[in-house]
Amino acid sequence: MRITCPICGERDRREFYYLGARDYLDRPAEGDLDAMHRYLHLRDNPVGVTQDLWQHEAGCAAWILVERNVTTHEVISTRLARERKL
Amino acid sequence: MVDLTPKSPCAGLLPFVCGRVQLTENDPGVITSVAPFAGKNDAVSVHLAEAIGVGLPETGSFDAKGEIQVIWAGQGQYFIRAGQSQSVPGSATTDQSDAWACVLLQGEDAADVMARLCPLDLRRMAEGHVARSLIGHMNAVILRREIGFEIMVFRSMAKTLVHEVSAVMRSVAAQRGATQKR
Repeated sequence: MRITCPICGERDRREFYYLGARDYLDRPAEGDLDAMHRYLHLRDNPVGVTQDLWQHEAGCAAWILVERNVTTHEVISTRLARERKL
Repeated sequence: MVDLTPKSPCAGLLPFVCGRVQLTENDPGVITSVAPFAGKNDAVSVHLAEAIGVGLPETGSFDAKGEIQVIWAGQGQYFIRAGQSQSVPGSATTDQSDAWACVLLQGEDAADVMARLCPLDLRRMAEGHVARSLIGHMNAVILRREIGFEIMVFRSMAKTLVHEVSAVMRSVAAQRGATQKR
């Protein structure tokens, strides 16, 4: 599997660290315990296209939002997590 | 004051020559890491161009003027090797002089050696380019210089780096020998 880092270009999967679902980008407000519970523990487990967070750990260190298909392993798009639309 | 003798990261380990490749230590001198604050890239570049004659390079490359070098070192980070430490307004600046082990890999088979160690196709890497990638399992900064490849790894990895690269140099030399005998 190869992932295109928006900064470094196409790189081998072994340069990347996998964090998890993109839900980690949407941290709820302090004090909302139900939302915090959902944020930390509840995840969908879709077959097909997912969005998740990877870090180019052995490269430029950027956090990357990767859209990929978990059944075909196709990487559909990548962009810097810091540039996502809130 | 006690007069201490400085010891380089690869002291006692290099140089190592095998087949058509040489591995030597390269003293980087003073390394200053510069990470410009948000929106300060241009200001930092202008400051550096005035102060040391070299501005910030493009992503994935380094610029040099004589002994002074400014190296892209990752997202929003640059290394300055300019003989003395730098103070750069508008950026987070740290002295990393003793933090890196720097080696030069040169010779005809240097690219073949790198091909066995690094996931990148370094035959296609042009002079003046930099990549952050892996050497074996070590994070590294790889620079393509005119004379060969410079590899920078964390200082604590110096012995592992020399071990991994020299083992591959032996292997490549052995394979060349086997081919020639046929």
